[in-house]
Amino acid sequence: MKILVPVKRVVDYNVKVRVKSDGTGVDLANVKMSMNPFDEIAVEEAIRLKEKGIATEIVVVSIGVQQSQETLRTALAMGADRAILVVTDVTTESLTVAKILAKVAAEEQPGLIILGKQAIDDDANQTGQMLAALLGWPQGTFASAVVPNGDRVAVTREVDGGLETVDLKLPAVVTTDLRLNEPRYASLPNIMKAKSKPLASKTPADYGVDPTPRLTITKVVEPAKRSAGTKVKTVDELIEKLKNAGAIA
Amino acid sequence: MTTLVLAEHDNSVLKDATLAAVTAAGKLGGDVHLLVAGHNAKSVAEAGAQVAGVAKVLLADDAAYGAALAENVAPLIVSLMPGYDAVVAPATTRGKNIMPRVAAALDVAQISEILSVESADTFTRPIYAGNAIATVTSSDAKKVITVRGTAFDKAATSGGSASVESIGGPGDAGLSKFVSADLTTSARPELTAAKIIVSGGRALGSSDKFHEFIDPLADKLGAAVGASRAAVDAGYAPNDYQVGQTGKIVAPELYVAVGISGAIQHLAGMKDSKIIVAINKDEEAPIFQVADFGLVGDLFTLVPEMTSKL
Repeated sequence: MKILVPVKRVVDYNVKVRVKSDGTGVDLANVKMSMNPFDEIAVEEAIRLKEKGIATEIVVVSIGVQQSQETLRTALAMGADRAILVVTDVTTESLTVAKILAKVAAEEQPGLIILGKQAIDDDANQTGQMLAALLGWPQGTFASAVVPNGDRVAVTREVDGGLETVDLKLPAVVTTDLRLNEPRYASLPNIMKAKSKPLASKTPADYGVDPTPRLTITKVVEPAKRSAGTKVKTVDELIEKLKNAGAIA
Repeated sequence: MTTLVLAEHDNSVLKDATLAAVTAAGKLGGDVHLLVAGHNAKSVAEAGAQVAGVAKVLLADDAAYGAALAENVAPLIVSLMPGYDAVVAPATTRGKNIMPRVAAALDVAQISEILSVESADTFTRPIYAGNAIATVTSSDAKKVITVRGTAFDKAATSGGSASVESIGGPGDAGLSKFVSADLTTSARPELTAAKIIVSGGRALGSSDKFHEFIDPLADKLGAAVGASRAAVDAGYAPNDYQVGQTGKIVAPELYVAVGISGAIQHLAGMKDSKIIVAINKDEEAPIFQVADFGLVGDLFTLVPEMTSKL
């Protein structure tokens, strides 16, 4: 079974982003960029399925600026087999990405598509579900366990209040949650090897998709700041303050 | 303008998350209809009919909708959309699972987790883990929206007198099956609905200590129990306790953070709480920068003292 893993280049999760003073967005100049952490978990899961002999080939795909190539090389160094880069300078929306991925999937015919549940930049949490809809495939979102079995896959999902397991017909789309696995680091020899793995370069036009956004971001501001309150010395003082504030009876 | 709201429920009880979505839908202008897709869910539809601001309840009662599988519920919503200008769902794991599937089928760019309705086509929503708030205008003819529950008042559960109309739907798409649910059962309130939350962090040191110190204080306050990601990752508390950007977003009247340092990802999940209390031995901990009342000291003596004095 071939596995397709879409990955996104985003601001590194350790970076504290700053909103631009003119309110047009966040400042991305000279900021460290990395693979979306949830996508890293997706790559890891695909590799583990290959190591178990369930997957035969892992194809990673990214849609974004030319530098997204680095993100794909990271995935190749982790253990993916080949990569497809769909180059666009447009800040793509989930719907656009899902449309391009649906075309890639039509060409590649994967048995499973695994991707992160959301990207930590736009926090949309849409692409996997949209892709599943466009392909007419079932979806196992927010996965904490993925167990393929013949022509079906059991996916345990992290839902409000606990866990839920669904049984899906393959091919299917799976989106990863934090606790699915712990992604490996790429070793230096594998980073070197990744440089010679195949990477195809495409454009949205190659797939007949118009990347023009449907949503316009008119303003980006910092959230309302919360100011530090007072330090209390004792538990009695704390209880008294909470009673005065009406927080406890 | 008529807006459809997807009801969140467990086939017997209408969940509070629905009420915030009803409020948000009302701000779009025009009538609000509630869709109850479930199995043997008549009681949910009846509760929905009482909600203030709901003009009509659609009840799609079918075994295919009992487990809210996105593969079955999304086509049902899509089949109803010729009659609606917008569809709104709470940004619960269920809403997040189903709505993008609806949006893609309608060829609409979804607007996720809105915090406010500025006008019928303009909304605010958090990006970068809540470190920035974007104002977004949609050019799509129909709107597909999920709503952050803590950002909107809950509609009243009485005062409405909507009619309940039974509808059919496409039924089982044959793509997926529900197997099992392993839901945490607790006598305590649900995290996202609780008025008071007591959360524990890594400083608790073990699962035993977590329950020994956090649970009695929570029970005394009638509070839900939460945890930081560090505590969850260390195995001190179950996954669904996690408060934070990647866990649950909460905004109770009172949030008590015990032994939580206050990582950005945790703050993103609780900083809209009305009153925040922090108990931590490190007075430099970032949690004190957002706390209304901070108590510096050893949680293992302060928490039992507080529990006994309440």
